[in-house]
Amino acid sequence: MKKISAEDVRKVAELARLDLPDQDISTYACQLEKIITYVAQLEKIETVDVIPTTRALEVLNVTRDDNVKSTSVREELLELAPHREGDFFRVPQILAD
Amino acid sequence: MSEVEAAWEAVIGLETHIQLGTDSKIFSPASTIFGEDPNTHIDPIVCGLPGTLPVLNQKVLEFAVKAAMALNLKIAKHSKFDRKQYFYPDLPKNYQISQFDQPIAEDGWIEVEVAEKGKDSYLKKVGIERLHMEEDAGKLVHAGSDRLAGSTHSLVDYNRAGVALAEIVSMPDLRTGREASEYASEIRRIVRYLGVSDGNMQEGSLRCDVNISVRRGSEAPFGTKVEIKNMNSFSAIQKACEYEIQRQIKLYESGEKVVQETRLWDENKQNTRSMRSKEGSSDYRYFPDPDLGPIEVSHQTCEAWRAELPELPVAKRHRYVSEFGLSSYDARVLTDERQMAEYFEDAVSQASDPKAVANWIQGDIAAHVNAKRISYSALPLTPENLAEMIKLIEVGKISGKIAKEILPELLEKGGSPTLIVEQRGLGMISDPQLIEELVDELLSAHPNEVASFRGGKNKLQGFFVGQLMKKTGGKVDPKLANQILIKKLKG
Repeated sequence: MKKISAEDVRKVAELARLDLPDQDISTYACQLEKIITYVAQLEKIETVDVIPTTRALEVLNVTRDDNVKSTSVREELLELAPHREGDFFRVPQILAD
Repeated sequence: MSEVEAAWEAVIGLETHIQLGTDSKIFSPASTIFGEDPNTHIDPIVCGLPGTLPVLNQKVLEFAVKAAMALNLKIAKHSKFDRKQYFYPDLPKNYQISQFDQPIAEDGWIEVEVAEKGKDSYLKKVGIERLHMEEDAGKLVHAGSDRLAGSTHSLVDYNRAGVALAEIVSMPDLRTGREASEYASEIRRIVRYLGVSDGNMQEGSLRCDVNISVRRGSEAPFGTKVEIKNMNSFSAIQKACEYEIQRQIKLYESGEKVVQETRLWDENKQNTRSMRSKEGSSDYRYFPDPDLGPIEVSHQTCEAWRAELPELPVAKRHRYVSEFGLSSYDARVLTDERQMAEYFEDAVSQASDPKAVANWIQGDIAAHVNAKRISYSALPLTPENLAEMIKLIEVGKISGKIAKEILPELLEKGGSPTLIVEQRGLGMISDPQLIEELVDELLSAHPNEVASFRGGKNKLQGFFVGQLMKKTGGKVDPKLANQILIKKLKG
């Protein structure tokens, strides 16, 4: 089992836009490793004869016809957002990082 | 091109996003209509609210497969959708549904005709790596500044979010800015012929990103590549490539390095500038979208869709040259728009001379259609009537000059050219006896000029022709009139 490094935790936190204080990094590294070790039990299962899949239900070619259906939830959706400005969603300044 | 530049070769590949012209979005029944009030066409699926289930629009699949076939791509036996994760406010779900390792089609090519003023045109085969389906993002308005930098906050409109796109990735086969823009035009021509997209660059229905690097000679390994975005015309694609090639060559020649980055084309300044984004910081963590099942297009469905494909521009270009004897230039102009090509073919099928039809269409008719902003199918002058008018010229019933005179009325109101010629008495005088009488009258009315002519002033022949035309309102058969005139003058 690969050890979860402080670097791994920082990367995951950055990708998830989490602001992790330095003193918490080792705690999370430890917890993440425990979670991964737990899930890693699955690796013990013999899967040589199992066809790989990406989902639990084997469905194929599920499509719908190209019909427009308008909903009247625009106001509700705009109201759900943290901020709106008129008919727009308003977001904080975007940093080109 | 200077000697220094000639030693370098540019390597260019294009990523082209085509908005597929369906009524509803790729995974939701929200409308795709352009130009409405902000956030008019949003719903819980577009916004990715918990508990919603995206379902693929069958028309999107059909359009993507048809486009792929026209680009000679192989349709995948098995295809799936993946989530591409990144945080940006134009993306409501914080992931984009796209296709990663199993796109709907791979491994194709198109033939591009590269033509530039003052240079010989040539054909170029451009490889196409893949075509995949994905959803578009929303639109951001940066407040407090026209650019991202300097804005205090941004406003988001999700009308475009979830609109179906086909992304077409070319092989790095292009070598000049002109080749890049010709490739993009051909892609647009093809999708417009198919009717799967309007290809409108101003409205963003067709967007191109360019990957470009330079290397010393055609054998050297590829140089560091730079991505350029933000070109909204074909000429901008060409100019952005040309600018970027120069910039990279200059860097290498002065011992500096090219940095791998994304740059924006600035139409006003005619240059590219760095977006200053941290490269390598993106980590999309693609994984199969658990909400969407895989796609397997049956052989039967593929063949049914293939049967619906129209004749493509490249096939028409070749046929117009081989079958109709047109120049490659004429073939290129006439096939640029499917409607124009079909109008041309309809007229030619009425047993008209293809070259004459081509000339009339490319001249007065195209000018009228462009000025009035109408389509060929809405033109009152039908292809049949055009053929009829050309026939009247061929059999000597009217002159080309008269045809030009009646054309405006035909273009505006339509109708039979034969009838118009008869009603207005515009038919040509081609009865030799009548012309002889006219010439006799003319000569006796101008005894001095006749004497001068016979005294050696040959130039006066033009005077007599002019008088004869004036007398008949331009309706006398010019060839016959000349013969008779000379005979009588010399007689």
